[in-house]
Parts: sequence; structure tokens; C-alpha cells
Amino acid sequence: MSKKIITPVEEFRDLLPDEYKELVNDGPYNEAKTVDDLGSFKEITEAHPHCAGCGVALGIRLGLASLPKPQDTIVIGTPGCSFFALSQSALNYSCTAFGNQNSVASGLKRMLKLRFPQTHKDVVVMVGDGGVADIGLDYTLHSWFRGENITTVMLDNEVYGNTGGQESGMTVKGKVLNMAPTGKKFSKIPVFEMAKTSGCVYAVKVTVANARKLGTALRRAVLIAREVGPTYVQIYTPCPTNLKFPPNQTIAVAKDAEKTHYAYEEYITDEASAYLSGLGEVKEKS
Amino acid sequence: MNKEQQAVNADKMLFETPRKRAFITGSEAVAEAVKRANVDMAIAYPITPQSESMHLVGDLYAQGYLKDYYRAENEFAVMAAIHGASLGGGRVFTATSGPGTLRAMEMFPVWAGSRQPIVCAFMCRGIALPPSIQPENIEISFMLDTGMLIFHAENAQDYFDMILKGYAIAEQPDVHLPVGVFADGFFVTHTREVVMLPPENQKLNAYNPASAPIPAFDMESPPIRSTRDPLLNKSNFISYAANASWHQEVLAAAQRARKHIDHFLGGLIETENPEAEILIVASGTAVSQAREAIRSLRDEGIDAGLVKVKSIRPFPEKEIREATANASLIVVPEFNPGGWLAREVKASIDNNSRVIGGPRVFGGMSLPRELIVNEIKKALPATAVNS
Repeated sequence: MSKKIITPVEEFRDLLPDEYKELVNDGPYNEAKTVDDLGSFKEITEAHPHCAGCGVALGIRLGLASLPKPQDTIVIGTPGCSFFALSQSALNYSCTAFGNQNSVASGLKRMLKLRFPQTHKDVVVMVGDGGVADIGLDYTLHSWFRGENITTVMLDNEVYGNTGGQESGMTVKGKVLNMAPTGKKFSKIPVFEMAKTSGCVYAVKVTVANARKLGTALRRAVLIAREVGPTYVQIYTPCPTNLKFPPNQTIAVAKDAEKTHYAYEEYITDEASAYLSGLGEVKEKS
Repeated sequence: MNKEQQAVNADKMLFETPRKRAFITGSEAVAEAVKRANVDMAIAYPITPQSESMHLVGDLYAQGYLKDYYRAENEFAVMAAIHGASLGGGRVFTATSGPGTLRAMEMFPVWAGSRQPIVCAFMCRGIALPPSIQPENIEISFMLDTGMLIFHAENAQDYFDMILKGYAIAEQPDVHLPVGVFADGFFVTHTREVVMLPPENQKLNAYNPASAPIPAFDMESPPIRSTRDPLLNKSNFISYAANASWHQEVLAAAQRARKHIDHFLGGLIETENPEAEILIVASGTAVSQAREAIRSLRDEGIDAGLVKVKSIRPFPEKEIREATANASLIVVPEFNPGGWLAREVKASIDNNSRVIGGPRVFGGMSLPRELIVNEIKKALPATAVNS
């Protein structure tokens, strides 16, 4: 998309809503924004409709700030907490039925390839842990098996947030939550490990406490998905409301998780690594 | 693409181009329609009796008639991916049957609510336990309120025409709704009959996403940060009103489709001898059986007429009301146990005690003309039968 499309004629500039003016003047289109630029443009920097201290809102904010080409990026989601922030971003965002996001993304990406053979139209799935690991696991895995050129981002708060705090497949074992009255009976579903064996050429496990690594991972994941194959970014986005910790402790909870079960991990195939090098993107030391 | 086809508008292909006879099955008729529909992408998942048609569409892809095609993991995935592909601004096709229709069910209202001109062929079959793969069209009753347009084909010729015409109707700027083209599985899909086909070197003009009432999901017309207060979960009047008005617009679009259905399908119904006091109202293959029953009745000196219902959504209430105004007996034979067509007819006309809901056959049973004849004779006064 050309920025000309969003540039208003001078005579009408003053009449446009502030939202629009901000998008034209400071928005992320056609600019190489990173997490370092957060606060200089409006990607849910204010008035997001999530709970105070929401890890998902932070994960989305960091993710959107790291997209290599937002002016040509479409995000596919599924109903849940992520919907609230993504639907007010300045990207085409589709939230259709439950769990089918990787199927929708597959069809969409293929059609955009047909219609815009000269342009990379990035399709990014951004969904909670329930959407990827539970109701949508079948569709997620099959999109990887098929080698679809899409990026799947799991916003893993280890709980069903929007429906009021039920256990999900990504909840840690033993955690007492709604629908797990005596504690969850099985371990976190190993989606990160499954990504590696199911066709993903790049996969990262990271928390919102590690903003730079998260941003780098997401940017690389989107770039690699264009040419090499499916990519996966699993972000720990703790939920103060349902995991019952004070909203100002989100980052601390995420940092603690890095010491227990959410250590940073990066997986990249040789082909994806070579592709990144060819783009001038050097592998960051972890 | 290795196939040279000339793009023409729908009117030219469907009404002006001379056709040639082909002796083909209903499944092959589906593929012949897709071959001429300039479909960008099709997605398949096997289920009896649909499988052959989508396998033939796959062959068309291999021959270069389509730009993309793949076999997805199940019917919900197919309908979701078709939704995604349509969001991307192209013309898409798929087909399914019975249990596949129900597995995919969540996506059909999404298609309609997203105002997508998707054409999907349904080859109806039995659904529930005890399992049956046999002909039966109960699945249409589940589809009635999805917001889709629904056409019911009597035979392979109808199936061919309704799929191609389905695109022409679905893609009208004032419609932009998905079209389900239904046929009774096996009876239509697996039997061979004469179908008149336009030449295969013609195809419909390409889909123009700019004709849609809502923009394609391609970031070519950027959104602004507009949804500051998402409708989902919001309990306030503005949210309710926004949601309700959107649904009303989908229903209104279906009503606006009537004039295009009149143009392309020649009306939502067809009638034969509608002045008769006895009328059979039917859709799908029951229409063919009704024709046979009318022939038998005529041999016995009983005069009966026919109303063939082609469009189930929008439902032709007014047309049926007018066509049945003088009938004293209306019989609705169906290939399903629920009797969805009889319910629709009864809800559309005055004095609906005139309507006999039946005969009904299902689970793969055929509908011999004698069943319809007997139903009519049972309902007639004894004097009328022998007069």
C-alpha cells in the first residue's frame, strides 16, 4: 500500500479526525518502526480496552511495533482478549470464528499472492493460547504441515482470559482455575516443540519482559515467512486478572517465568538463517 | 495458465452463446461450471457424494483453469480458508455434503455476515446416526437462516446453470452474499444425463473486488483506528443496534437479489398448469418425481399442476401465494424427514390447511410417483377421484 492512499488533500486536513491525522503524520506505515519507537505512534499506546496490567495488550503492542511492513500486513485472529486491541489497530484485522485462524490465514495468504505477485502482503496470525493450542490446534498444525507462508503468534497467558479464567492447554500443571477445580492434570502442550517438528522454519519462545528480543523475533518471523516457510512466535503474556497478581507486577511475573519455564529459545533452520543473512539480518546472540 | 479462454460477461455466456449437448453426471456438470467460472482458487475436502466433483475441480487446476487449489484438513478448515481467500478479494469455489455441511456450519453465517460472494455446491445426503451416505436433503433445513442465498437444483442442467448464475447473482454490488447451490446427492451427482453446455473456451469476466460493498482485506484501502469500542461483549444500545442493523442489511441484500434471480434463473419459481385445483409444490429431484406423478394423474383424468421452487432463500412467498391462490389441495413431496419445504410453504400462504406435508422419503429411499399420487388421492373427496 502506498502512503499516498492515506494522505488527505490539504483542504480537508483540518477536518479529519485526530486519529486519522496521527496515522498520516506519525503512523507506522512506510516507516521502519521498532519497539524502541513505542510511544511515538499510536499502536494501542492509549485507551486500550484491556484490564490494567494486561500482558496480552503489551504483547500485541510490542508485536505491532515490530512488523517489518505494517502498510501491507493483515492480522487474523480469533475471539478472545486479543480481539479488543487488534480491532483498533491500523491494520486489516479479521476475527471470524473460533480456532480457525490459520485456515483463514492460509486462504487469505494464497489469494494475496495471486493478486499481488510483486508485493509481499504479510499475513500474521495473532491469537491466544486457547485459540492456537486448544480449539485451533488442528488448523495450526496443518497450516505448518502444508508450509503456508504465514506467521503464527501465540499470546500465551496460560489461561482463558476473556471467558473468565478457565484452564487452557497451555496452563501449567497443577494450577487451580475455573474448570480445573483440583488443579490442571497435564503439562503445557508443547506447541513450541511441535512447531519445530511440524514444518516451522523459525520459532521463538519469549516473554513480554524481553521487549527487544520479542521485537526482533517477530520481525524475523514475518520476514522469513515471506519466502521460506511457516514461522511461530510464542509470547508469554501473563494475565493479572485471572492469575491473581497485582497489575503492576506483569513484567516481574514474566521475568520470573523466564527462570522457571519460559526461558528464551530460538529455533531456526539453515535455510531460514541463510535467507535472513541475505536480507542483512544477522542472527542476534541469545 | 495453459488454457486459452475468452472472458465474457455472464449475460453473453448464459443467454447468447449457443450450447452443445454433453452426456455427463451431475458431478461433471459442477466441474464444467467451475471450468467456465474463472475461479481463482478452490479448496477441497473429500466426503461422499461430493468427492468426485472436487476431485474434478482439482483436475481443472492441474490443467490450468484455476490458479490455486489444495486439500484442506476438514470441512471447517475448508470453509474458513475459503472465507480467508474471499477476504483477499478473489473468486472462490468449494463443495461439501451432509455431515461436512454441519461440521463447517459455523462458517456459513460468517460468509454472509462478511458479505462474501462465495459459491458453494452442496450434494445433499443423510447426516445423523444411524449413519447414512444416501440421498436426503435435511441439511438444507439447517442452512435456511445462515444468511446465504439457497438454490435447489432439480437435475444436472440446473446444477450447471445455478453455479455459474450463482456467481453472477452473488457478485452484484447490491447483493454480495454467498450462494449455496444444492442438489440431491447421487440422484443428481452420480447419474448421467444430457446437459447443454456453452463452449469451454469461454469464461466469466474476472471478479472485481472493487464491486464489493466492503473492501477486500488487502491493505489497499487502509483502515483507520476506528474500533475504539469493540462491539463484542459490549452491553449497550449502540452495540445492539449496530449488530442488528448489520443483520438486517444481510437480509435486505437477499431481498435485493430477487431481481437478479428473476433475470438469471428466470424467476424464483417455475409453474406448469398452475390453474389446476391440485398443485404439487416441490424443489430438487422431487420436482422430477412430481412431473411423473402429474402424468399418472392425468392418465386417470385428474388434473394437477406443478410449482417448482428454485430459490429457497430468498423464499418466494409472494410467488407461491399467487401461484396457489386457486388451488384447493397443495401437496409438498420431500426427500427429508423434517419437511422443511412444507413448513416454508405453509408459512407463506393463506388457508394453509390446504397443504399436505408429504409424502416424505429419506435415508436413501426413492420417491416413486405412486407415493405422490396416493397422497393426493387420499386427500381428495371420493367423488373427485372417480369423476
